[in-house]
Amino acid sequence: MALSAAARKRWVTAALLAPAGLWLFFFLALPFLAILVFSLGERAPAGGYQPALTLANYLNLPARGAAFLNTALLAPVGAALCLAIAYPAAWFLALRVDPRHRLLLVALMIVPFWTSMLVRTYAWMYLLGARGIPQLLEMIGIENIRLINTPGAVLLGIVYGYLPLMVMPIYVSLEKLDRRLLEASSDLGARPMSTFLTVTLPLSMPGVMTGVALVSILLLGEYLIPQMLGGGKVYFIGNALVDLFLQSRNWPFGSAIAVTLVLGVVGVLLITMRIAWKVSGTRQMDLV
Amino acid sequence: MAPEAISDLEFRHLTKRYGEVEAVSGIDLSVPKGAFLAILGPSGCGKTTCLRMIGGFEQPTEGEVRIAGQVVNGIPAYQRPVNMVFQHYALFPHMNVAENVGYGLRQMRPRLPSTEIDRRVGEALEMVRLGSFAKRRTHEMSGGQQQRVALARAIVNRPKILLLDEPLAALDKKLRGDMQLELLQLQRELGITFVLVTHDQEEALSMADLVCVMSAGRISQLGTPQEVYDHPTDLFVADFVGKTNRIPVTVDGGVLRLADGRALPGASALHGSAIAALRPEAIRIARAGDGLPGTVTHRIFLGSFAEYAVAVPGIGDILVTTDRRGATEADLIAPGEAVCLTYDPAAVLVFPQ
Ligand SMILES: Nc1ncnc2c1ncn2[C@@H]1O[C@H](COP(=O)(O)OP(=O)(O)OP(=O)(O)O)[C@@H](O)[C@H]1O
Ligand SMILES: [Mg+2]
Repeated sequence: MALSAAARKRWVTAALLAPAGLWLFFFLALPFLAILVFSLGERAPAGGYQPALTLANYLNLPARGAAFLNTALLAPVGAALCLAIAYPAAWFLALRVDPRHRLLLVALMIVPFWTSMLVRTYAWMYLLGARGIPQLLEMIGIENIRLINTPGAVLLGIVYGYLPLMVMPIYVSLEKLDRRLLEASSDLGARPMSTFLTVTLPLSMPGVMTGVALVSILLLGEYLIPQMLGGGKVYFIGNALVDLFLQSRNWPFGSAIAVTLVLGVVGVLLITMRIAWKVSGTRQMDLV
Repeated sequence: MAPEAISDLEFRHLTKRYGEVEAVSGIDLSVPKGAFLAILGPSGCGKTTCLRMIGGFEQPTEGEVRIAGQVVNGIPAYQRPVNMVFQHYALFPHMNVAENVGYGLRQMRPRLPSTEIDRRVGEALEMVRLGSFAKRRTHEMSGGQQQRVALARAIVNRPKILLLDEPLAALDKKLRGDMQLELLQLQRELGITFVLVTHDQEEALSMADLVCVMSAGRISQLGTPQEVYDHPTDLFVADFVGKTNRIPVTVDGGVLRLADGRALPGASALHGSAIAALRPEAIRIARAGDGLPGTVTHRIFLGSFAEYAVAVPGIGDILVTTDRRGATEADLIAPGEAVCLTYDPAAVLVFPQ
């Protein structure tokens, strides 16, 4: 018996969505469920998980307050610093650079991405370490400067590592900005600054918010940079998780932290999308 | 002081080059206050470039642009007393209709009180008959409505000159006709100088009181629509403004001769090879009589009038348009019929080749 057109359409849709759906189910939904269950359990005496139904792990969250605090402080500050540097760069690339040179400059911006983050962070570890910049400073008489293992070093690593991720969405949104709108604004008497604030900025907001969301979310789970440039002194939630799951094997507590982190990420996403919609008046997020 | 004495807009030997390309080549132009100027010309002839130099989006390479007697070279767009209606409207997508229209007013320094802004925005919207659309998002409007928002956004600032770059090109024929009328009324009401760029000669002729025909960066002719249509200064204008039949002739002692030696009714003071130009509507077509004999090859029925292509031996295809007024069905001539073409010899214009 032939399927009706509508039924066939449903089947095709289902078939097309199945791979992604199954992937999300097995690698996102199921693990998250497991973590959720773990977070309500207890640490087995030898480490790992043993079933229980308790909120003790959540009540114990303040024990890792420093990780939360560092993340909650340095992730937004890092994202804000990225934004502060990325916006002018993206603006310049999209609106000021001769189109003939644009591609080259954009490529240069992305090239560092071809090297592993680990290697690049390692390079910074050396640069900021005792035998790097501090040693150079010593030669010109500035002594006892410690750079590595400070919040500053972590921030530097963050900005360095995540800048391209912030530049790209902003660049894209500025690049496709209709230049005639800028001319129209100028035609209507708006000075360049006014045009920027009333036209350019609002219309690039989706890009800004995509960048902020992207960088913030990745930063909330960041592990490598605090590990290498914070040296265990400035650590993030990611570091706490590694510690709890791999070292002290307190899976339930780690799970509780992970659940809290996921909720935080969802919160950040919702807030940035709200702002982007509100400011730009469009209902779309361009996730590049 | 008589304001009419100074022209509102003036080009003095205006030239614009983009690298190698000379988009505008040393043109002079003077437009009296309150005039409706249409800049007409084929694609790429430099119309938009001229408009952009008035608006301040391009700076002249040479020469000067004067607005109300003041040289405005080097003055940025935001300081010029002109406003532009952009070809694709360029409405701000993140603002509603009222915010779009009030944009220019909000830029004014010293600041206008918001009640004043609201009042003027309301007035401008009434003027373009969009009074009830103030809170609409611009993308929720039809092309014609967006067009009017763009118009309101420009005129609300009471510019000295309103620039319009093919503002009606994206509209369908009927709507375009309506908007043309509205634009004309608006211009009469406001009394400000309009500069309209178009490549639609009908639009230019029907709306403007001054038509500037451009070709390859130069002005071919500047005149009233009648002057430009009835007395084109060269073959290009004759061809571009309205349809025209081009007949190669040799002028010999004031007489026009076809290639086969026959005389063509008409006269010219030129000498040697030339082109005789004859408007299709200046030719009468009849089944019999004396005149140029030919055969109808095509008939295009255009509602209120009909257009015939007539093959005339020794000349080629001649286009003839006939008014249907008073014509009966029997008067329509079918392809294949032999006909005879006559015209008033004074209607023939002769141009050097
Ligand atoms: N920014 C630019 N850079 C280089 N050349 C340009 C630029 N703008 C225009 N030109 C050239 O200048 C000439 C005139 O262009 P312009 O846009 O004024 O034509 P136009 O008469 O408005 O044509 P259309 O009817 O197609 O809009 C064209 O040959 C065009 O290629
Ligand atoms: Mg143009």
